Amino acid sequence: MKPRGNKLDIVRLPGKNRAGDRIPRHGLIGKRLKSGQGGPQLFSLDLLLDAVVIGVLLGCFYGAVSLGLSVSFGLLDVPHVAHPAFLVLASYAVYFLNEQYAVDPLVAGFLITPVFFLFGLAAYRLYYETFEKRGSDAGVRGIAFFFGVAFIIEVLIILQFGVDQRSVTADYIGKAWRLGDIRIPYRLLVAFAVATALTVLLTLYLSRTFMGRAIRAVAQDQEALRLMGTNPVKIKQRAFGIATAVLGVAGALLIIVAPVDPTLDRAYIGRTFCVVVMAGLGSMGGTLVAAIILGVAESIVLTMFGASWAPAISFAMLLGILAVRPQGLFGRRS
Amino acid sequence: MKRNSIAFWIGAAGFLAAVFVMTQVVANQYPFFAGYVIMQFIALAVAWSILGGYAGYVNFGTSAFYGVGVYASVFLVNAFGAPLPLQILTAAAIGALMGFALGLLTLRMQGIFFSIATIALTIIIETTITNWRYVGGAAGIQIQRPAVTAPFDYYVQMLFFVQALLVVLAVAISRYIQNSWIGRGLQALRDDELAAECTGVPTMGLKLLACVISGALMCAVGAPAAMYLQYADPASAFNLNYSVSTLAMSLIGGTAHWSGPIIGAILLGTTQQLLAVTISSEVNVLVLGLMLVLFVVGAPEGIIGLIRKLRGSRKEGEV
Repeated sequence: MKPRGNKLDIVRLPGKNRAGDRIPRHGLIGKRLKSGQGGPQLFSLDLLLDAVVIGVLLGCFYGAVSLGLSVSFGLLDVPHVAHPAFLVLASYAVYFLNEQYAVDPLVAGFLITPVFFLFGLAAYRLYYETFEKRGSDAGVRGIAFFFGVAFIIEVLIILQFGVDQRSVTADYIGKAWRLGDIRIPYRLLVAFAVATALTVLLTLYLSRTFMGRAIRAVAQDQEALRLMGTNPVKIKQRAFGIATAVLGVAGALLIIVAPVDPTLDRAYIGRTFCVVVMAGLGSMGGTLVAAIILGVAESIVLTMFGASWAPAISFAMLLGILAVRPQGLFGRRS
Repeated sequence: MKRNSIAFWIGAAGFLAAVFVMTQVVANQYPFFAGYVIMQFIALAVAWSILGGYAGYVNFGTSAFYGVGVYASVFLVNAFGAPLPLQILTAAAIGALMGFALGLLTLRMQGIFFSIATIALTIIIETTITNWRYVGGAAGIQIQRPAVTAPFDYYVQMLFFVQALLVVLAVAISRYIQNSWIGRGLQALRDDELAAECTGVPTMGLKLLACVISGALMCAVGAPAAMYLQYADPASAFNLNYSVSTLAMSLIGGTAHWSGPIIGAILLGTTQQLLAVTISSEVNVLVLGLMLVLFVVGAPEGIIGLIRKLRGSRKEGEV
């Protein structure tokens, strides 16, 4: 975003000066509205069914982008506000691989996963040394820290790739599958399939494997684990690494579903935290259900009231849940 | 304490007098533009730290209050052509109500839940304004400045002086709170909410009070901005950058003393002004993020903490 050439612009800090830009994020429902039939006044059953189907698919995708946060914030209590920023960073890494070496976005997502895993290990180490170890006031400074990290990532992306939207190319992007009256874009189906598989895998990992059980144990009672002779910090670090690694694939899904821009993470703060809080911290199955609820709600509101209300939906749900039932729908804490 | 008070008020009067003389003597308009922004951030940071610093509730809703302040005056100018003092007073009243509502809704939440809830509030209000056509909607709205009154030559000079008044007001309130039982109560609940409640500190009431005062001040600071920019649009009025800048300034300065946010805001605000002019606004945000991370990791007590540490070690050396 370039200054408009007068000094008044100095006060307007950069970020997003383009109100219209962040609205039609998923464009899928918006297009239908434009095509004439329906619209806010005439709300038909067809349109509702359409919105629900798209909403469920979208919801599974929201589940996948929230999985990492479900581990890092839900299980480990790290106030990871930079989670969506890492997500967007992953998208840009996928974009880079796709653009430069024509790697399929999904493959690219899996390629960057190990890098993100190592990145997560390092990030947790830093967080632990500077905040958890010191104890008092870790919360306030932890949140500020992750916000700072999110801002740094945002600006680095802008400096490298500019503020424009970026998208990837692949065979399944741009085509759609007709099911009766409903038109489902393939890219949403791909995202849906991968997202569901990812959720199932992570759930199995956490409930069946030794390491997964250790992670859940450390979330419940760290001291008990220490008494049993394990190092809870190591386990937490591993868990944080996994939570960050999942973001590699989730970032690929993000850029498959819709084009990304550097400040997209701000919209996903609401979506991911809404899902994780609604799910009840740390519940993997709950994450998927909560994400589907969010997806359907978003899709229906978009169809009925239009895209300009989109940014508020997830945040409004989040606020409502926090005010009414802070332990979430499937909460482990009361 | 008494002596301190006299010194403080003399300092404040001196500051206002200097600002006034500056508006009369300096002809170049640019210092007023830059100074206005820095003073705006001082007032915001001081207001933020009443809730965020003393009580330890990390409010990310600074931009919500600021933006509501901006749009309160947009509405008043649009509907009634209201003068500046009325805009500011109305904005403060709305801010107080908003703070009260926010407090009732969220103060039972702690830590990150409170912070996330304040972000949520910001986005919801922003979306509502975006969809409200009367105040310009997503496209924004142009505002005409009225003619400037007596001692000032330009409207910006007057805004500069008004903002200086707001700074003094905010600092005086913050200082009063810190030195009174309110501040001690807030600090007690910051350290351990349960213990404070058990020893008879009315935690809920104090938090609400802090929320109301902080909200009223932030909204009041936002009110003149519509006139300053002559233009308002939701995406910039409610920009998350305001929230993070304010928070960063308070943390960098140090939240243990009322002067911390002032120091932080002057330091970071001036740096940002220089960077925005000399390099680019992106680098400006990068510096904001880097300084926030560096201070949170390296100097958790902020500059005030660093100074205290330095003094402490020097004294030890002398003994």
